Amino acid sequence: MRQTGNIVVTENLRKYFPIRGGIVTRTRREVKAVDGVSLKIRTGETYGLVGESGCGKTTIGKTIIRLLKPNGGKIFFDAKGELPDAPSQCVMTQNNITDAKGGRLKALRRNMQIVYQNPSTSLNPRMLVKDLVAEPLIVHKICRGQEVEKRVLEMLESVGLSSEHLYRYPHEFSGGQRQRIAVARALITHPKFIVLDEPTSAVDVSVRASLLQLFKELQQTMGLTYMFISHDLAVIEALCDTVGVMYLGKLVENADSKALFENPLHPYTQALFSAIPIPDPTTRRRRILLKGDPPSPANPPKGCRFHPRCKYAMEVCTLKEPEPHEVKPNHFVACHLY
Amino acid sequence: MKEDLEETLLENEQLKVEDLTVRFYTYEGIVKAVEKAKLSLRKGETLGVVGETGSGKSVTALTIIALTPTPGKVEGGNIYFRRGAGEVVDILALKEAALLKIRGKEISMIFQEPNAALDPLYRVEEQVAEAILAHRRAEMMQKVEALKPKALTNRSSLRYRLPVFKRFSQQKLLRRVVREEILSLLRTMEIPDPERVVDAYPHELSGGMQQRIVIAIALACSPVLLLADEPTTNLDVTVQAQILDLILRLKKAFGSSVIYITHDMGVIAEISERVAVMYAGSVVEVAPVVEIFKKPLHPYTQALLESIPRPGSPFKPLPGTVPSLVNPPSGCRFHPRCPFAMEKCKLEPPNLVEVSPEHQVACYLHTAGE
Repeated sequence: MRQTGNIVVTENLRKYFPIRGGIVTRTRREVKAVDGVSLKIRTGETYGLVGESGCGKTTIGKTIIRLLKPNGGKIFFDAKGELPDAPSQCVMTQNNITDAKGGRLKALRRNMQIVYQNPSTSLNPRMLVKDLVAEPLIVHKICRGQEVEKRVLEMLESVGLSSEHLYRYPHEFSGGQRQRIAVARALITHPKFIVLDEPTSAVDVSVRASLLQLFKELQQTMGLTYMFISHDLAVIEALCDTVGVMYLGKLVENADSKALFENPLHPYTQALFSAIPIPDPTTRRRRILLKGDPPSPANPPKGCRFHPRCKYAMEVCTLKEPEPHEVKPNHFVACHLY
Repeated sequence: MKEDLEETLLENEQLKVEDLTVRFYTYEGIVKAVEKAKLSLRKGETLGVVGETGSGKSVTALTIIALTPTPGKVEGGNIYFRRGAGEVVDILALKEAALLKIRGKEISMIFQEPNAALDPLYRVEEQVAEAILAHRRAEMMQKVEALKPKALTNRSSLRYRLPVFKRFSQQKLLRRVVREEILSLLRTMEIPDPERVVDAYPHELSGGMQQRIVIAIALACSPVLLLADEPTTNLDVTVQAQILDLILRLKKAFGSSVIYITHDMGVIAEISERVAVMYAGSVVEVAPVVEIFKKPLHPYTQALLESIPRPGSPFKPLPGTVPSLVNPPSGCRFHPRCPFAMEKCKLEPPNLVEVSPEHQVACYLHTAGE
């Protein structure tokens, strides 16, 4: 399935949110939600993004599909999925979507979609399932009339729903089924790239497995590339090919899923993985308990952002911010230890 | 009457729930939320309760402290609880006045949403003080009395002798004593900078910190039984690890028994000694934690364990959905989703039977003879 090219490449991506206040409304400070993230997503793979809440995972996802406008950096996207590895080689202006707007942005949206965390809030409660799923077809003027109905039904069937569900409202469905509707809505324009923003965190464990299976099946039948955002590490490990670990707006580690879970290198990744409860009472993992909470992204620590909670923190960590570099083939770590 | 109750609990038992049935009278019909649930908890033990949404876990826990949410009604069953002094009571038969002495003092609860459990309008100090003053006022007053002579010599002015001011100064002293108590409590919760936290409003604290405050309130009166209703579900894994660690250590320090409700099998494996699996309002299997994971007997428990995503193996979702509790399936409530369902399963619900020492299961596959 996996091809050689990349579908998304970002270079030094930044997204800041202003904090306004004062007598005259002006920007007083900025929350650096995403601060210089360079990543690439290979065509046909599932790219997992993990991190604690508030680390900027969702912001990256939204910025890549241009629901948000970045403050800096570049985003390249190629629907054919043939981008080269190095951002410097992505010279084709048609692939640079950093400043896309208007008609060009709308055309892009056909190829990149998002599935949100909570389907009860992402679906309009006043619309019938039929209309919810048909909406993208009409917005993008893909087809009309009977053709719409035919495609909606096809799509619903491929996500495991049927024609009897067409004339119902979202509240008549269970959480798992609602998420399937949201998936159908995202996939009906046959996009190439989907951002899955914690799609399984609002559903039960037994439903979670069936949704994950659905994602896997759809990926194969429709040739999709996923960016899977989650804090559920068990899901990430089971589903993703490549995983990026985020901490306070920075990508601290990026590697193949297998290599990362077997041998996490960054101290934060190690602590994060050791905190996952293992569903096996006979094995006990040595826990690395992190002290305190993640600091505020409005005022991140100087140097390496993890240094106040890191047990290996050295002098250099408080002064200089570590740059990501390739420690092993395809294993990038941003830490002064390596 | 009291003699009878004494015998209902074994020497080492802390709590026993027998055939508890709770129904909710709603416009859509009668929701049979809990149906003949059975649980027992030993002294100093951690019992993990697992189940999906709507399996009746939370309702059972709330009923144990006699806080069944409206429009729920307890339709049958008993909840025997051994009080701190050793006396056994049936919670469901107690009057509200007696319950007030137990709730929050001997049985207390940690809720799922710390955000909703704390009042946004009061400072942390006031919220923790409420629990302390409700149940430990006498103890606090003693401390005030002990402080009094000192306070009087320090400021031996006239106003401390006038009756009006006397009362006022007593309040002031009480406040000081309670604040000290809260600070030491927050220190045991490993809250950094407790002096700042006591004066903060809940919204100024992070989720993990709020949950620590909720735990502090629950443990303020050293309860004998602690009910934890998914206390870490909304927290990050790293914070979850801190909170689990904290609950385990505090449990040892305070000597409490814990009922820990969750749907995360990983958390269950870490924290509990015995596990009760609930499905659609009934307890379907009870066993020591190692046994549940190594030798699950009930088909639902097996399916639940298989649905955990593991790398390299295909996902095994549970077929079907959780049944509506307004109109639950006849017989065993799991039979429409059960791969081993027999004719018998549709007719009569199986009883929870001990099939091997310490291992109880409610399934005809294992209790065919009975």
